[in-house]
Amino acid sequence: MSVLENQGVRVRGLTRTFGTNTILRNLDLDIRPGEFVALLGHSGSGKTTLLRTLARLDAAEPGTVTLPSAPAVVFQEPRLLPWKRVIDNVVLGAGVPNAQTRAIAALREVGLEHRTQAWPLTLSGGEAQRAALARALVREPALLLLDEPFAALDALTRMRMHRLVLDLWQRHGPAVLLVTHDVDEALVLADRVFVLEAGRIAFERTIPAARPRDRASEAFVRLRGEVLAALGVEDDARETPAERCRPTVSA
Amino acid sequence: MDTLAGVALPTSRARAPFVPNLRRLRRVYSLVAIAALWQVGSSFGLISPRVIASPAAILAAFWNLLVSGQLLGNLAISLSRVLIGSAAGITIGVVLAVVAGLSRRGDEIVDPPLQMLRTIPLLGLTPLLILWFGIGELPKIVLVALATTFPVYLTLVGGIRSVDPKLIEAGRVLGLDRLGVVRHVIIPGALPAALVGLRYALGTAWVTLVVGEQINADRGIGYLIMDARDFLRTDVIVVCLFVYALLGIGTDAIVRLIERRALAWRAELPQ
Repeated sequence: MSVLENQGVRVRGLTRTFGTNTILRNLDLDIRPGEFVALLGHSGSGKTTLLRTLARLDAAEPGTVTLPSAPAVVFQEPRLLPWKRVIDNVVLGAGVPNAQTRAIAALREVGLEHRTQAWPLTLSGGEAQRAALARALVREPALLLLDEPFAALDALTRMRMHRLVLDLWQRHGPAVLLVTHDVDEALVLADRVFVLEAGRIAFERTIPAARPRDRASEAFVRLRGEVLAALGVEDDARETPAERCRPTVSA
Repeated sequence: MDTLAGVALPTSRARAPFVPNLRRLRRVYSLVAIAALWQVGSSFGLISPRVIASPAAILAAFWNLLVSGQLLGNLAISLSRVLIGSAAGITIGVVLAVVAGLSRRGDEIVDPPLQMLRTIPLLGLTPLLILWFGIGELPKIVLVALATTFPVYLTLVGGIRSVDPKLIEAGRVLGLDRLGVVRHVIIPGALPAALVGLRYALGTAWVTLVVGEQINADRGIGYLIMDARDFLRTDVIVVCLFVYALLGIGTDAIVRLIERRALAWRAELPQ
């Protein structure tokens, strides 16, 4: 695994096996600098394994993985250290001593400037996940890995988080790999979506639409149908898109 | 209902500080009654001072021991034995637990002998300790050290192993090296369990010392008890037992104070 500046993610021939189970088969993947990519797939399709390899939590053998720099990760659980105040969690993320000012700036960006001295256990789910985002972004990573970071949040908080993530992404410009189960989430956020199936990329589509995206638009509904078909699911919402997409109207 | 609640609330609020006081006071009644019965029984010769001295005699004995300096002198000796012994025991326990908790090979080397030694009843070792270290300070300190090593070792190893692997992973993703993970994740994560062990260890330290000092000691609270036994002074024995109890409560309070400080992140939950 190597790290090169000013370069995106480049994965070639990545194979991962656990015992007799092959999780990833000869996988190729590129993410351009600053590109937002969403990765969909069933449980056990290899999504998490791919993300863990990119996060360098697991070794990449055999295969080559080139990364722009050490990636930052936000997991499904916030994984804040409960014995460090919110600010100290973010300072730890900065990776350099005396990063108080930077940490406060990062917390302000996610709207947590009033909770800097709080203990993580006193935060709500949404606040904790925003603190985790601040901790990931404080280092200005060139690659941000998001492992189903909104899955445990309620629907309204999730929508607010989507907007926050887009906002932060546009401001800081890291390449993003979002692993998710939620097709709508992927289509609202990403430049490109792909579906992983049995350790291979089974489907890939670039989304040209500008943001914010209208979930009720014909193009959006058609694309969702395609992605769901690639995942082997019937799209029930296809006939009544207006009903399904009501929450976005107010947004 | 609304008006009722509106009226009732201020009244109950005004009474609130008074009611618990009365309740707490009530809990003392039975103790006072027992002491009074005890005193009456002793005064009328129903309770022999050979069985147990009267409360008044015990208070008098306490005063005499205090004034003569006997109590404080022996207390200082006992206290220093516990401090030195438990400091050594805690240090050894922490070092062994870190070795066993952080590396598999360390665990393979350290854990089996400790698990084996742990099952030996410590006080049964006293004759051996006397043979090895004589009857001076050393056997008593070694006994206390042994008594504190095991609880600290066991709870700290358990604490280290129970640290959430997801947090360790998060630390690695943040770019922490092995030492950084130990410092920022594993040690604070293992601390709650370790402090429970510390409390238990210090409690055991006093119990062990009580027994240790009753064998071949010429100073210390335990010696005072044995000396009093020889002269049938049940009043002095009871005073010494009270002192032991107070010391136990005192060390427990110190550890709880440390817990409140070090584990503030746990206590401060919303509302």
